[in-house]
Amino acid sequence: MSEQRLAVRKTYKLYIGGAFPRSESGRSYVVVSSDGSFLANAAQGSRKDVRDAVVAARKAQLGWAGATAYNRGQVLYRVAEMLDGRRAQFVEEVAASEGVAHKQAMAIVDAAVDRWVWYAGWSDKVAQVVGSSNSVAGPFFNFSVPEPTGVVGILAPQASSLLGLVSVLAPVLVTGNAVVLLASEKRPLPAITLAEVLATSDVPGGAVNLLTGRVAELAPVLAAHRDVDALDLAGAPASMLVELEQAAVTNVKRVLRPDSVEPDWSAPPTPRRMLAFLETKTVWHPVGV
Amino acid sequence: METEVTTTVPSGVAASGGVALDEVRRAVVTSGGAGSSIIGMGSSVGEMLSYLGRSETELRRFLHGLPGVDQVGAEARAASLATRSIKTSAKLWALEMAVRMVDLTTLEGADTPGKVLSLCAKARRPDPADAAVPSVAAVCIYPDLVPVAKQALAGSSVAVAAVATAFPSGRASLAVKLADVRDAVMNGADEVDMVIDRGAFLSGRYGLVLEEVQAVKEACGRAHLKVILETGELVTYDNVRRASYLAMVGGADFIKTSTGKVSPSATLPVALVMLEAVRDFADLTGVRVGVKVAGGIRNAKDAIRYLVVVNETVGENWLNPSMFRFGASSLLNDLLMQRSKQLTGVYAGTDDYSLS
Amino acid sequence: MTWDYAPAPESRAIVDIHSSYGLFIDGAFVDPTDGNAYKTENPATEEVLADVAAAGLHDVDLAVEAAGRAQKNVWGPMPGAERAKYLYRIARIIQERSRELAVLESLDNGKPIRESRDVDVPLAAAHFFYYAGWADKLGYAGFGPDPRPIGVAGQVIPWNFPLMMAAWKLAPALAAGNTCVLKPATTTPLSALLLAEIIQQADLPPGVVNVLTGAGSVAGAALVAHPGVDKVAFTGSTEIGKDLQRALAGTGKHLTLELGGKAANIVFEDAPVDQAVEGIVNGIFFNQGEVCCAGSRLLVQESVADLVVDKLKRRLATLRVGDPLDKNTDLGAINNAAQLEKIRSLADQGEAEGAVRWSPSCELPAHGYWFPPTVFTGVSQAHRIAQEEIFGPVLSVLTFRTPEEAVAKANNTVYGLSAGVWTEKGSRILWMAGQLRAGVVWANSFNRFDPASPFGGYGESGFGREGGRQGLAAYLDV
Repeated sequence: MSEQRLAVRKTYKLYIGGAFPRSESGRSYVVVSSDGSFLANAAQGSRKDVRDAVVAARKAQLGWAGATAYNRGQVLYRVAEMLDGRRAQFVEEVAASEGVAHKQAMAIVDAAVDRWVWYAGWSDKVAQVVGSSNSVAGPFFNFSVPEPTGVVGILAPQASSLLGLVSVLAPVLVTGNAVVLLASEKRPLPAITLAEVLATSDVPGGAVNLLTGRVAELAPVLAAHRDVDALDLAGAPASMLVELEQAAVTNVKRVLRPDSVEPDWSAPPTPRRMLAFLETKTVWHPVGV
Repeated sequence: METEVTTTVPSGVAASGGVALDEVRRAVVTSGGAGSSIIGMGSSVGEMLSYLGRSETELRRFLHGLPGVDQVGAEARAASLATRSIKTSAKLWALEMAVRMVDLTTLEGADTPGKVLSLCAKARRPDPADAAVPSVAAVCIYPDLVPVAKQALAGSSVAVAAVATAFPSGRASLAVKLADVRDAVMNGADEVDMVIDRGAFLSGRYGLVLEEVQAVKEACGRAHLKVILETGELVTYDNVRRASYLAMVGGADFIKTSTGKVSPSATLPVALVMLEAVRDFADLTGVRVGVKVAGGIRNAKDAIRYLVVVNETVGENWLNPSMFRFGASSLLNDLLMQRSKQLTGVYAGTDDYSLS
Repeated sequence: MTWDYAPAPESRAIVDIHSSYGLFIDGAFVDPTDGNAYKTENPATEEVLADVAAAGLHDVDLAVEAAGRAQKNVWGPMPGAERAKYLYRIARIIQERSRELAVLESLDNGKPIRESRDVDVPLAAAHFFYYAGWADKLGYAGFGPDPRPIGVAGQVIPWNFPLMMAAWKLAPALAAGNTCVLKPATTTPLSALLLAEIIQQADLPPGVVNVLTGAGSVAGAALVAHPGVDKVAFTGSTEIGKDLQRALAGTGKHLTLELGGKAANIVFEDAPVDQAVEGIVNGIFFNQGEVCCAGSRLLVQESVADLVVDKLKRRLATLRVGDPLDKNTDLGAINNAAQLEKIRSLADQGEAEGAVRWSPSCELPAHGYWFPPTVFTGVSQAHRIAQEEIFGPVLSVLTFRTPEEAVAKANNTVYGLSAGVWTEKGSRILWMAGQLRAGVVWANSFNRFDPASPFGGYGESGFGREGGRQGLAAYLDV
């Protein structure tokens, strides 16, 4: 590439309902790299964008939950393939966003892909691990199965722009929930690139919706929204925790509280983040001729 | 067991077969040994009607006593039949048969005499450039436009079918619905496509549904009656089976899947269930009722799949326009396109075919 | 006006069949030490497809040693997440080359292309996908926090589902950290050999999977007896399974067996009858009835027996017997001459015993191994054709009066692999399922397989389960 050639820069937009719209507010905000230099203008999402995202998520959720577990696993596995195929782009964005050396950025991207693959393999196994047939005292066949909670609002980690993001998104998605995710405010670019990966991986439009913008403005809207069934507060600023949890009470949302400090996302995960967004349905059926 | 029943189409009569079927039905077929109060093999339709029409309770017991349909199994069977690979000569045969089975349809509020004239011209001569392409079976239109169609199709083998009975919803009094039918018949309709009262069906008033079919059948006179079940609103395959029987016992010449105004309309599994009902009814009474699939059959591939289901469920006696129809509009040009590809080896473009 | 379906042949050109194949040992195709080879043929035409190596004792040594080295040095120590990615690769490549595999399977086995394309190959890929996902989650499988593999698995598979059986064996074994020596059936080596090529394409480390073609009595026997093999998995006839169990007595080797069956397909008077008929047809004619879990006994409630048998016979008129590569074929060729002879003999026995034999009229090709779909009515439990596994397209029809009687007749067999129950009543389905001594019960369905669903038998149908979380047990040292 010659030095005179001007790059065609990417426009970073929101990801709602499988499409990439700008914020309905028309606003954008400046995203800088760790050293303060200009990276991009990201869309600054508004409460109406949150509303639209929730509508899209609700519309897509039943279909996504109704797909076979095998199918969801295949889709997630394809996301991993696309992620791995685009590793160079992600490495660059992670390095710029997080201020890490190239080698470390590569390790982060590798870990993110492997994390995604780990979760992809859970789709058709969760029921076998957390479900059960229950020995009740009577002539009944009684079984318990996990079901996805529905529409989950996620505040992605503020610091870990890709690995942390993947670690909160994949477990919620794989079991059949639909997601409205608010990306890291200062480090949103890997999230939008991830959205491009999702859009090219047979993820149904609306199953994942990704918003960028000011956490202080958007998180309360998500938390109070009555058509959101659960909330992951991983990326919530400490000062907002109480307010957000209280706002979530309006429709008895299931709330996953963050760790007191942002965890080391490279540690091996447990099924915890999947279980937090599953309901258990127990069915009784008589046994007799 | 059953007595073989053949339908012959008298020459000079529209190729709907409905008239011929009526004559057959009037010569009630029974077989020895079947008790008149118990419905068994060899019951005539008349016997069934008098027994079931007697009471809502008997009718309900009969319908609810029909074997259930397992949704997963029925859909798997239809999907398996859809994997049949119909090639070369078999494909050409199917395409040409499908053309002959089309009820070319326009059912829009915006229909005008001009639109109907255009439709009739296409129905008569689907491909102006190829006289070898047969005419379709019928045109299907709203009853007030029947006179236009009758004139346009005079001297052709294409029948005129009119929808009636407050199509598509069926939500009107019986008197209004019958007036609708009489109107169509008086205007010269050869075939009448009625809708059953889904509200009555879904609230369990099966007797009412049956009575309406009988009344419409009577009002049809010599016109051939198709009974639309609106399977999309019936939802379950069990309901489709029951409604099929209701219609057949009531005197339907054809049972039809849908109005095309509600989604889902025709699907392969629904057609399968209806064809099974038709087959069982023929075993029971000796009478063969036809099946029409309408709505959602967009291309030749779909149409051929339906023909496979017909072939492997009820057999070759139903593989003709007197016993099976496609209610469609855009399907016709795709049939012609595929036919052209079979004959010439070249893919045609959409402008190679006239609009209807 | 009969509508004849024109021939719809799947092209053979998509698969490149070599004129000869070596053994797959330590990541490479090699000639057998003794240079012995045999021919594999297309059972539909008796045409020779290829020369295939016949592994001798030394070849078995080489393969087992390679597997042992690979397990100790490479595969065993490898993190589960990395093993998972190899298995995902294999699954993906199977998907990518699925048409090739399907054509090859139909040519070598005789089964219709529609089945190899729509059932065998997709399920093979699915097994690799499913078990890939367990490789890095073994601690959650219910066998303790850190279950270890057993070591080297010697796996002997039958000719009825060659590729699918290979997948059922390899995928869980590899996911758990074992390495494998696979012995495909003598008459169906080709898809396993193509799978070996796929394994090479996936860059699987040498020795992790080895494929030894050859005679069961030589290579198979040597493999299971080899001191370097820690775990034996066998799918095949009950007779050979017992030989194997005898041979392994006192050796300390882990063993799982998946053997024969004589499943009862039980149809109650309130069954969804049209779907039940499809289930009966699928139960005994899928894969030419050469299925361990085939619904080879129809137990129909006496009150609807005539109706059901009548509908069945009419339905069989549309069953298409013929060229396996024709996309419209429903019933293909019997896999080999020996099996054909066995089927003929048992069917003749059925007639001699007084059962009434019926087949729809169908034209059988002049060459190849063919048997028409056959239904015996008037069969009772005392007949040989009600007790012995025929492993062919032959259905025995018996009647019953009550659920208890159905259970008694269904269980009146040394086998216990599978059963079918057809009724609209949920409680009866569950009651029957509880009473039937069978490892797999299909309610209002038959011959449904899924990698997530454990499969295996009771009694002389063998022990151990393949598929599901339970399927890992066979390959973990727990």
